[in-house]
Amino acid sequence: MFKLLDGPQTLGRGRTFWSCFLAVLAAALIYPVFADSYDVGNFSYFLIWVFMALGLCLIWGYGGMLSFGQTFFFGISGYAYGVLAINMGGGSTTIAALVLSVIIAMIAAGILGYFMIWGGISGIFFGIVTLSATLVLAFFLGQTAGPEWHIGTARLNGFNGMKGMDPLTVGDFYIEGSALYYVMVALIVIVYIALRMLVNSRIGNVIVATRENPQRAEMLGYDVRKYQLLTFIIGSGLAGLSGALYTSWGQFITPSSIGLPAAAMPIVWVAFSGRSDLTATLVGSFLLLFGFQTITVYSQQAALVLMGTLLLATVMLAPQGFVLGVGKLVVDRWTRRRRRDANSTLADAGRLQSDEA
Amino acid sequence: MMSAELFSVFYQFADVFAFLILSAAGLAIVFGMMGVINMAHGEFIMCGAYVTVGLVKLGVPLAIAQGLAAVTAGLIGVAVEYLIVRRLYKRPLDSLLATWGLSLIVTQSMLLIVGSSITGIGTPEGSFAIGGYTFSTYRLVLFACAVAVLIGLYVIFMKTRFGVMARATMQNAAMAKALGARTGRIYAISFGIGAGLAGLCGALYAPTMTLIPTMGATFVVESFVTVVVGGANVLLGTAPAAVFLAMIRMALNASYGQIIGQIGMLFAVILIIRVLPEGLSSVLVRRGR
Repeated sequence: MFKLLDGPQTLGRGRTFWSCFLAVLAAALIYPVFADSYDVGNFSYFLIWVFMALGLCLIWGYGGMLSFGQTFFFGISGYAYGVLAINMGGGSTTIAALVLSVIIAMIAAGILGYFMIWGGISGIFFGIVTLSATLVLAFFLGQTAGPEWHIGTARLNGFNGMKGMDPLTVGDFYIEGSALYYVMVALIVIVYIALRMLVNSRIGNVIVATRENPQRAEMLGYDVRKYQLLTFIIGSGLAGLSGALYTSWGQFITPSSIGLPAAAMPIVWVAFSGRSDLTATLVGSFLLLFGFQTITVYSQQAALVLMGTLLLATVMLAPQGFVLGVGKLVVDRWTRRRRRDANSTLADAGRLQSDEA
Repeated sequence: MMSAELFSVFYQFADVFAFLILSAAGLAIVFGMMGVINMAHGEFIMCGAYVTVGLVKLGVPLAIAQGLAAVTAGLIGVAVEYLIVRRLYKRPLDSLLATWGLSLIVTQSMLLIVGSSITGIGTPEGSFAIGGYTFSTYRLVLFACAVAVLIGLYVIFMKTRFGVMARATMQNAAMAKALGARTGRIYAISFGIGAGLAGLCGALYAPTMTLIPTMGATFVVESFVTVVVGGANVLLGTAPAAVFLAMIRMALNASYGQIIGQIGMLFAVILIIRVLPEGLSSVLVRRGR
């Protein structure tokens, strides 16, 4: 089973890579010991969004479906968590609320995905249909300010957002501060490892084959629609996980985390990082979130202008993504120096090229 | 009395139809010609609206200000095509991302520079009454403009030399180029026309709404779904799609209000793409042959 961790669909393998991975993980684990609790809370906040980015990386980078709907599922799940947590009475049921809200997001993804994938729309239209759904959800939730808009005892509250739900709780213990941070780190490690295994498995190979050439994959006997739908559901479910965690983290959610410009953010993170690799997305998204948050303190508009500029620059200068490009450059140098003695640069170049496919 | 009811239904239809056509025409042309969806479409609309209001405040008559606003947006469109979109024709998905980046830059810079909203100009033309209903004359002017846009596009693309070249480029760019059509220039002009129409849309709706830098977002859903349902052909796709969607929207608006109308329209679109992924124009064009 662990063979699947290193495979043709993911970059970074061997002892060097995994040593780095463990070093970063160890640093992440001891971080709360040295930092003050405010910074730890902020850190958890960045980590919330990483799931959404990894989900988009799977859908777009591996599946080849340009989904602009990550915040759609983020919103559905975020609001679902609020409604469920309020109505089920908080406490330990919040864990069930978290699981259920992710499932609700996945069901929504299944329905929307069915119509799009079985309808055979792809490429640009996939993007603008998902974005239309996202914007309509944001408009809809924006006008639910009146008291008639409620689900059970949960008021939707329009643009002011929904609030008053419990954060994740076990018994009498609120999962907040560094506890929440450790939950996030654990979830990210699990999701990252699971996604690596998924994309390197047989299913992952079919998903990538479909991205490369849907017709060819179909001729080889795969019902590509099923694989595409599966990819879409998993990736959107991860956006849902982000949404539910977000609501739990701040105990509120507003429509502005669904509509524009929020909907563009996952695209920027993943495009900038390098959509075709999970590790690049993980690292790049975290860097961007960190940078964004630092600038937002001074001016949110300036931070968003920077995000737009990065997206434009990525497309014009490094369509495969900046982090991925830099990562490849470093690895290239590294391996070349090591292999120089063996004088096998030619074979090495061939190997790297096949990685890029 | 009956005729007043009928007129009221027509008026509501015309209102939605005009909105769909005016907001989608520019997007549809760019998509039809180059296969590119211009994500900064809403920002060209915003540009048209701001230029109009700015000029009117300087004392320029409304109609002239609107014309100038459309031209301004068109010229900016040509510049954007030259600087960004031109390099990405081989990668249509990337042009989507690039224009989205541009859209973010423009909206947020506008928020930084101009602030969140500026005072608008009132709706002109007044109103008239039929039976017990009162109607805004300006809404009918908008409908007339939408029809005029369609007629104008028909004339440009079917009756002029540029139109012949453009349709040839659309069918087979390499062949058209080999036969001497300057496809690069045709693309630039088409993008300019698309941006200009977006600007016109903003200019025409400027008197009726609050101007905020993010106002483009109110138009993009309608323009997206109209183009998705319509497909690649403006005259045979966008126009019938707008008629169809306007009917759904009008019925739902009347009984349940704007937001349900919009949601219903979205559901209709999602159902339609299941059956007609290429859009209405694929069916109509096939019939026509």
